[in-house]
Amino acid sequence: MKDAFVKRKFVIITIIVLASLVLLGRLFIIQVVKSTYRVSADNNVLRYVTQYPARGLIYDRNGKLIVYNQAAYDLMVVPAQTSKDIDTAEFCDLLGITPEFFRERMKAAVNYSKRAPSEFLKQISNETYARFQEKLFMYPGFYVQTRTLRKYSRPVAAHVLGYVSEVDDGTIKKDPYYKAGDYIGKLGIEEAYEKNLRGKRGVKIYLVDVFSRIKGSFANGKMDTAAVQGSDITSSIDLDLQEYGELLMKNKKGSIVAIQPKTGEVLALVSSPDYDPGLLVGRIRSENYTKLLEDTLIQPLFNRALMAKYPPGSTFKPVNGLIALQEQVIKPSTKFACNNGYLFVGCHSHRSPLDLQDAIMISCNAYFCQAYRKVLENPKYSSVAEAYEKWKSYLNELGFGNVLGTDFVNELPGFIPAVSYFDKYYGKGRWKALNIISMAIGQGEVLVTPLQMANMTAAIANRGYFYTPHIVRAIGNSEVIDKRFTTKHVINIDSANFENIILGMEAAVNGGEGKTAGVAALNDIVVCGKTGTAQNPHGKEHSVFIAFAPKDNPQIAIMVVVENAGFGSTYAAPIASLMIEKYLRGEISNKAREKSMLDLNLIQQ
Amino acid sequence: MKRNVNIWSGIDKITILLFLILVTMGWFNIYAAVYNEEHAGLLDISQRYGKQFIWIIASLIIAIFVVIIDNRFYFFFSWFIYGFAMLLLVLVLLVGAKINGARSWFEFGSLSVQPSEFAKFATALALAGYLSTKRQELTKLKMIIPATAVILIPALLTALQPDMGSSIVYFSLFIVLFREGMSPYIFVSGLLMLILFFLTLLVNNLSLTIALVIIASVLILIATRKWKMVLSGAAVFILIGAILYLLNYYVFKRFSKELIVFISLLLSGVAYAYYIYTRKAFSVLIIYLFLIGSILYVNSVDYSFNNLLPAHQKDRIDILLGIKSDPHGTGYNVNQSIISIGSGGLTGKGFLQGTQTKFKFVPKQSSDFIFCTIGEEWGFFGSFVVIGIYMFLLLRLLFLAERQRSVFSRVYGYGVVSILFTHVFINIGMAVGLVPVIGIPLPFFSYGGSSLWGFTILLFIFLRLDASRTEYMV
Repeated sequence: MKDAFVKRKFVIITIIVLASLVLLGRLFIIQVVKSTYRVSADNNVLRYVTQYPARGLIYDRNGKLIVYNQAAYDLMVVPAQTSKDIDTAEFCDLLGITPEFFRERMKAAVNYSKRAPSEFLKQISNETYARFQEKLFMYPGFYVQTRTLRKYSRPVAAHVLGYVSEVDDGTIKKDPYYKAGDYIGKLGIEEAYEKNLRGKRGVKIYLVDVFSRIKGSFANGKMDTAAVQGSDITSSIDLDLQEYGELLMKNKKGSIVAIQPKTGEVLALVSSPDYDPGLLVGRIRSENYTKLLEDTLIQPLFNRALMAKYPPGSTFKPVNGLIALQEQVIKPSTKFACNNGYLFVGCHSHRSPLDLQDAIMISCNAYFCQAYRKVLENPKYSSVAEAYEKWKSYLNELGFGNVLGTDFVNELPGFIPAVSYFDKYYGKGRWKALNIISMAIGQGEVLVTPLQMANMTAAIANRGYFYTPHIVRAIGNSEVIDKRFTTKHVINIDSANFENIILGMEAAVNGGEGKTAGVAALNDIVVCGKTGTAQNPHGKEHSVFIAFAPKDNPQIAIMVVVENAGFGSTYAAPIASLMIEKYLRGEISNKAREKSMLDLNLIQQ
Repeated sequence: MKRNVNIWSGIDKITILLFLILVTMGWFNIYAAVYNEEHAGLLDISQRYGKQFIWIIASLIIAIFVVIIDNRFYFFFSWFIYGFAMLLLVLVLLVGAKINGARSWFEFGSLSVQPSEFAKFATALALAGYLSTKRQELTKLKMIIPATAVILIPALLTALQPDMGSSIVYFSLFIVLFREGMSPYIFVSGLLMLILFFLTLLVNNLSLTIALVIIASVLILIATRKWKMVLSGAAVFILIGAILYLLNYYVFKRFSKELIVFISLLLSGVAYAYYIYTRKAFSVLIIYLFLIGSILYVNSVDYSFNNLLPAHQKDRIDILLGIKSDPHGTGYNVNQSIISIGSGGLTGKGFLQGTQTKFKFVPKQSSDFIFCTIGEEWGFFGSFVVIGIYMFLLLRLLFLAERQRSVFSRVYGYGVVSILFTHVFINIGMAVGLVPVIGIPLPFFSYGGSSLWGFTILLFIFLRLDASRTEYMV
């Protein structure tokens, strides 16, 4: 067979020879010409010292510092570089540990790796570090790595902030950015904005001799990288308001959520009982965490504002009123009679019949049961199920039944049953309005979280829209936060209807005889609110209150729930009122009331 | 019996010797790379060097079997072997164990097999089979397309695992096609595209575009020798460019500078279209088209690199080009490797004395970065010797390939050369920082049964074919 291309073999030979020469050339440069890589013959080794970045700081909405960093020192050891002739007794003395502990830690280090560094002792105190530094040269194989730990300007906002702990193996496997010994935020802002707060690791490479002494930078620091500090976070929290709220909720179980309705920024998020965030810092963290976890009676780690599900009780009435108006089954002037209740649903004694505004003011169960019935039996729909579906869709628009998509970790959706739920329970087509009438007054299967209630209050305050609640105002120097927090969510209910409901809520606080929330009224500020007393099958009712102020151009929408405290007006309303006054005025006028709320202790056992 | 004697007398002893030398050196190197003083025995099975010894013994047995088989077996069954290998490549995607994010291995208890190592020689066989049975020349498209398909199928399957390193190896078989007649222009364009690719990343688009225009103008000058025409062409181009620039600056304010240059180019091209048409200056046309094509290519590379390439691949290339420096992250392996090789100096630190090796600073040292041990412990002399042996082996195999009478054997031989060459060049290139980090083994050196056996079979099939070169095949 002819082979016309024989000559091409020379091309290929040339390629092979050229490639070999290129490799050899490069090797020559690295190995012979460049002395940068020369690690001299007396067995110098390289030590990689990770430059851990400072974690971003967290400020409140007014620029007050909430969380900052303090230096901490980890004592590292490379077993292969240690010597057997060290004075163990003095070593233990310097560090304040026992010889047994020393042996135990050395064994652990050897087990991990003879040649790679591992932690010998974490977070030694500043004084210990200072003393030890001088004598470090006597103990080859040991060196100190600087870390930072969180410090809190005030012992508040633990649930909002979260905490910082060392990353675990599972996370390292999932996210290759993390290496053993890194810190990672857990819960709260620390977790939600971890990527912004954590910064970027750097590394310094040193030449180290047999005595563990640093001889200098390797390659003149050419291969070093600087750590990049984490971005600071400006949260939406008002630190003074937050602190005040936690003070008010001391010795009570429950939560407060306050939102700025114009932007959806969360001003305060209180879950009580809470704990000092400083407990979960540093070496004492795991011990304290276990203690907090094991307190099943009080459950301080449980964030009630996001995760506790309550039946909203009468605070749900404004919502039902809105839907009834929008569905045009009632008008503001529509009156319903109340016979100490309606059918099997009871109500307290009051004048009858009432129109919408009065019904809100007096919190009449009968009114809303009948209004709800009209909504479900609306002839516009072919069945109660279809009408219910429409009713549910309004609630979904208001943020109930689903997670809101906030930047909180562990947000729960609450529960608004779907048609299928009732179908399963009662049988398809076999349930009517009266089967589920208790939903009219916020009882029955309806479950909401405090965050959802506060958000709804903000939507009412705005007369028909809300912004997804969020805890962070700005990241770093730029003002840009996630677009989903600047997207307006408009409810399909006319603002005129909102106005009518608001009149009722205004009356509830500032109106005439029969008003349920007069205790929340403030001089010079028109507060609108609604009380609620949520039935609790496990004990005394929960005291609930929603409010916003001022009526025109509202600046704060708030929700307070105090567990096992009886009527909404008794505790939730005064607390909400104090919070509103604190935020809008800065100081409290009714000191006596303040004192009685602060002193109130509902957790006696 | 007579046959056996014939085989032995015909087999190339030099290659076998080189093979044994490499395998043994490799073994000692693995010993040095993963040396564990608590298991200091060379044959200690709990350590990699003990295991490698077993793989080596097994590979010798495999080699003997490969050689005993009749050479016509390989010829007739080349397609079956290829088909089976492709099947395995598909299978591993479905039922392979997921290790480090890739499905490249079959796991049977403690034994792991990597099918892509065996698919390499299978592809070489298939290519040889294809090219030997057709009568037409490789310059025709009808020949080129199936040949390319034979190469691309395993490349694609491997890339899906994903194992980019092994995938690239298959492209080396284009060298075989080149030897068998494929147009060199394809290679030149390929090379140009590669150069342009890296230039795009290193230099900003505008400078590159202008540089390309200048080069094109010079080429036109050389091709046509008409000073006046080129100068007036340039003047027209600059004039149009200036007008557009001013327009953009004062009126539109929207277009990038690169776009202005490009549009001016198109417009000047239009202005000269008449000239080109009447004088039939095809060379000018071709150069002009090439210019436009290159600019479009540059821009698409830029776009794809920044927007389509996954982040860690981008990082690897950036680190290679020095755009990004990340000594603790993605660049870690390479930096460590360069440091450790560099620290070997001229003569190295001596056997088992490599500090970087000893203190385990180079990750993956017994597999992808095995060359570090050589560099650190044996210095430049050691590196020189090892590269020398490989070069000697490749040239010897090339010589053997040329003396084949049958096309099948020659093509297969070149396949062996290409595959081995690519592995050696990329692996060592990676260790010294000339090539982005794509993990492929160093033949006969890197730890691992699958790769060692794959290369052994690759090599010994050729030795078998060579031993029977005087017999009639096809």
